Amino acid sequence: MNILNQTGKYFALLLKVFSKPEKHSLYVRQTFNEIDNLGVKSFGIVAVISIFMGGITTLQVAYNLTNPLLPTYLIGLGNRDTLILEFSSTILALIMAGKIGSNITSEIGSMKVTEQIDSLEIMGVNSASYLILPKIIAVVMMFPLLYIFSVFFGLIGGMIVGPAVGAVTVTDYLNGVQYLFNPYYVTYSLIKCLVFGFLIASISAFFGYTVEGGAFDVGSASTRAVVNTNIMILIWDLILTQLLL
Amino acid sequence: MIEIRNIYKSFEQKAVLKNISKVFNKGETNLIIGRSGSGKTVLLKAIVGLHEVDKGQILYDGRDFTSMSQKLRKKLRQEMGMVFQGGALFDSLTVEENVRFPLDMFSELTTAEKQKQVDFCLERVNISNANQLYPSEISGGMQKRVAIARAIVLNPKYLFCDEPNSGLDPETSMVIDELIHSITVDLQITTIINTHDMNSVMEIGDNILFISEGEMCWEGNRKEILHAENQKLQEFVFANKQYQRIRDDKIEENK
Repeated sequence: MNILNQTGKYFALLLKVFSKPEKHSLYVRQTFNEIDNLGVKSFGIVAVISIFMGGITTLQVAYNLTNPLLPTYLIGLGNRDTLILEFSSTILALIMAGKIGSNITSEIGSMKVTEQIDSLEIMGVNSASYLILPKIIAVVMMFPLLYIFSVFFGLIGGMIVGPAVGAVTVTDYLNGVQYLFNPYYVTYSLIKCLVFGFLIASISAFFGYTVEGGAFDVGSASTRAVVNTNIMILIWDLILTQLLL
Repeated sequence: MIEIRNIYKSFEQKAVLKNISKVFNKGETNLIIGRSGSGKTVLLKAIVGLHEVDKGQILYDGRDFTSMSQKLRKKLRQEMGMVFQGGALFDSLTVEENVRFPLDMFSELTTAEKQKQVDFCLERVNISNANQLYPSEISGGMQKRVAIARAIVLNPKYLFCDEPNSGLDPETSMVIDELIHSITVDLQITTIINTHDMNSVMEIGDNILFISEGEMCWEGNRKEILHAENQKLQEFVFANKQYQRIRDDKIEENK
């Protein structure tokens, strides 16, 4: 019953979020602020995570290629497909649910418990739309860019680690990266990124917007938001993979 | 003028407001007083529409707020200003941006005109040299004054203050009381203040509603309150020893 109740409230909130804004110019300004805050400021951590992710994947593929008859360029190919298909979309989404999601929940939750949201409502502002819509647009727009950025740095990570441990030469690695490339894999992952971006922003905002109590409750809401977002990301990953591949 | 008629409100079977009726006059500081947990904040939030009432009517100059569509309510809310207990300033905006926010959202003024109005309101609440500071960088009293400036920036017809003196020292409390009172008189707006501060009651209580356990117990003004016969009101007022002494002195004088 509680899940049904929460789901109903989530969709009711989304209806409020996607209603006509009071003043477009303010919403546009707010969206650019969120693009900077939630998207641009995530590039650093995405680069670091992706370099390590690419490096480790390269090592693991190399470790499993024990047959001397298999060409070493498969290491580059393995790393590329793993990053494009799953790691730079799903794993990154799970990590971003922690970083961006908890940021959104705690920001909106703090505004709720300090009556800032009531204050917006009293002014006649649709607080749900003003606070949440720019975040959803920003995350949905930025997540595909973060994905492309992550794939690039993941490949760089593999190119650094693979040759460094003597598993593959740079030339072989780059040949593998270019070998049998299927552009549809990128399209499939970009679609996943749009869905994951929406889930991260909307679910986190929902938990922040509906929090009651004080600082402790905001903390609990952030945790619940991250856990629920992660579960929804995995469920939608399964659904989209079945539908699109 | 705001009129509330036979207001009822309950939360999960618990009745919080029971049959409250009152007229709040324009150009007067109308006070809702009562102990903590008596239902003051719920009543104020019901009047502004943050809580829906179960039964009863709320009339803003004859306009029935309770039966109004959301669209009309939003429009009416642009005529309201509210000062929350904690100020409720937006943390991410500076003092100046906080005050300008309602203008950015609802007015078609030019940037220069908006700036002029912001400066006027900040000056009205005696804030200077703090325009670029964030709420976390100013004192509690200043936050309340900025909140008042933000509440009056759109020239509201109705001003609501939820415990505007909570957490402030007596001197700052007096400054805030005087400020709200003078704004109410000067701009001829209908002001409703929620408080349990007896000093505020005695300083600015033009029209007072006392509620206890969600029920309306007494109404009057600051001159009448010390002589009121109501038992619950007396317990509330004379819980403060200062007012006990004032009453005892008056009884002595009469002897």
